[in-house]
Amino acid sequence: MYKIMLCQMYPTLGEIYRNADKHYTAIERAISAGCNIILFPELSLTGYCLRDLTSSVAINEKHEIFSKLLDYSKYITIIFGFIYDSSDYLLYNAAGCLEDGVVKHIHKKVYLPDYTMFEEARYYARGDSFEIFHTKYGKIGILICEDALHLSSLYITARQVPEILCVLSNSPARGTFQKGFYSMDTWESFCKVISITITTNLLFVNRVGVEEGITFWGGSCLYSPFGDKLGTLPLLEEGEMIVELNDDIIKRGRLTSPFYRDDRPDIMKKYLVK
Amino acid sequence: MKLDLKLTRDILVNFIKLETEKIGLESIVIGLSGGIDSAVSAALASLAMDNKKVYAYGLPYKTSSIESIEDAKMVADSLGINFEVIDITSFVDKYCELDSGISRLRKGNIMARMRMTVIFDKSSLKNALVLGTSNKTELLLGYGTWYGDMASSINPIGDLYKTQLWELAGFLGIPEKIIKKEPTADLWVGQTDEQELGYSYTEIDKLLFAMVDERRDEKELLGMGFTEDIIKKIANRIKKTQFKRQLPIIAKISLRTIDKDFRYCRDWGY
Repeated sequence: MYKIMLCQMYPTLGEIYRNADKHYTAIERAISAGCNIILFPELSLTGYCLRDLTSSVAINEKHEIFSKLLDYSKYITIIFGFIYDSSDYLLYNAAGCLEDGVVKHIHKKVYLPDYTMFEEARYYARGDSFEIFHTKYGKIGILICEDALHLSSLYITARQVPEILCVLSNSPARGTFQKGFYSMDTWESFCKVISITITTNLLFVNRVGVEEGITFWGGSCLYSPFGDKLGTLPLLEEGEMIVELNDDIIKRGRLTSPFYRDDRPDIMKKYLVK
Repeated sequence: MKLDLKLTRDILVNFIKLETEKIGLESIVIGLSGGIDSAVSAALASLAMDNKKVYAYGLPYKTSSIESIEDAKMVADSLGINFEVIDITSFVDKYCELDSGISRLRKGNIMARMRMTVIFDKSSLKNALVLGTSNKTELLLGYGTWYGDMASSINPIGDLYKTQLWELAGFLGIPEKIIKKEPTADLWVGQTDEQELGYSYTEIDKLLFAMVDERRDEKELLGMGFTEDIIKKIANRIKKTQFKRQLPIIAKISLRTIDKDFRYCRDWGY
């Protein structure tokens, strides 16, 4: 049994030190509450609509904020969003997992939306992998927002059988319908399907706040391997939620729905070479 | 086109609150015409912040209908926000006297820009943001005065069609009289929007939603029952008024030109 805090925050655009302070205080609250993992949204350290600010807010392992987060990670596993400066002048929309004072993994967003209101590929270099990594709390996968909407990333992730799948998001409220709105409807459908088909605990953490007239809707939540929504944070407001997970539910999920066992990657392979 | 009214209200109230707080301000100024658009914007502002920090202004010209200013006051009273009437006749007439042949349209634009001048001056006085009152229908049709009623600091209703505002207004408890009255810019006696535009808002909004939001092409629109005439007129109007929805074009000389490759959000620095 372990405890995870989902931190649905409102970062200030481009103010990495102010946002880092917000991370530190949330981490301290999580440690006090006995949490094992804390999870922040996509670009939690920087805000979303960065445009030409991108290069000035990019950091890497040598940065003082990174060092301080590494120190905190001796007490709690931290997953957060930032702009990664790869030191060869490539800037990535990235998420880091820090544990026991070391970098466990840095995921670089692969699928950069560059349509309608999005312009990520203009500013970021593209990642090229979806790697599941081992932590004290089992195998974890990280997908950043649009990454989770592609079948290839989900399939690659599924083949590595994660116990926890973290989806870090900056989803804008758009396409308001009579009931709810397009982006929320899409994410709720995806999260449910992903958690069932990969039979994993799915943690969706989405930011809130407004940038350039764009409202980020929050609604961060946890889905069980059975597709049940086990907890959710409110829309539009900052908030934190502590969820408890254990491996039993994964075991029951995979015995009930042996999708991984019955999967046929050989067929997939046949089509991919065509 | 139907909205989740509660969610829409929550998003817009949150938008006004956060955009105002972000830059360290606590107040809003708004021009109240007595029409539905400014009534909805003001109602949202009154929900977003202390209504004593919302300053509304009625800005009549001598030809403005008495009913408009009475309705503006009724809206302000119902919301419990501050309301002041400033008659713009003397400023407008002083300028118009310089040109005896001034057209009705030019004079209408002068009135709209004079109102803008007053509202922006009041925003300086009150240390407040100017709340916009242009809806998506009129923004797409360019049916407004550039740097006049189209000018604002933040606009909560610019992504809502007129007919959607009718619904939202009802949900927000705007007095029935305001919702039901014929939309008018009130720039000259007897002016009505629908007469001037040539079609009803219901027809126009249905077409705009299909054309703009759903990206349907002409063939599909004809198949939906829209006439060639309305499709062409509305499409042309959107194209011809694109300039009104943009900042002035800057001629490029350097490697980094404002708004082309010097690109920052307004939040920069706040």
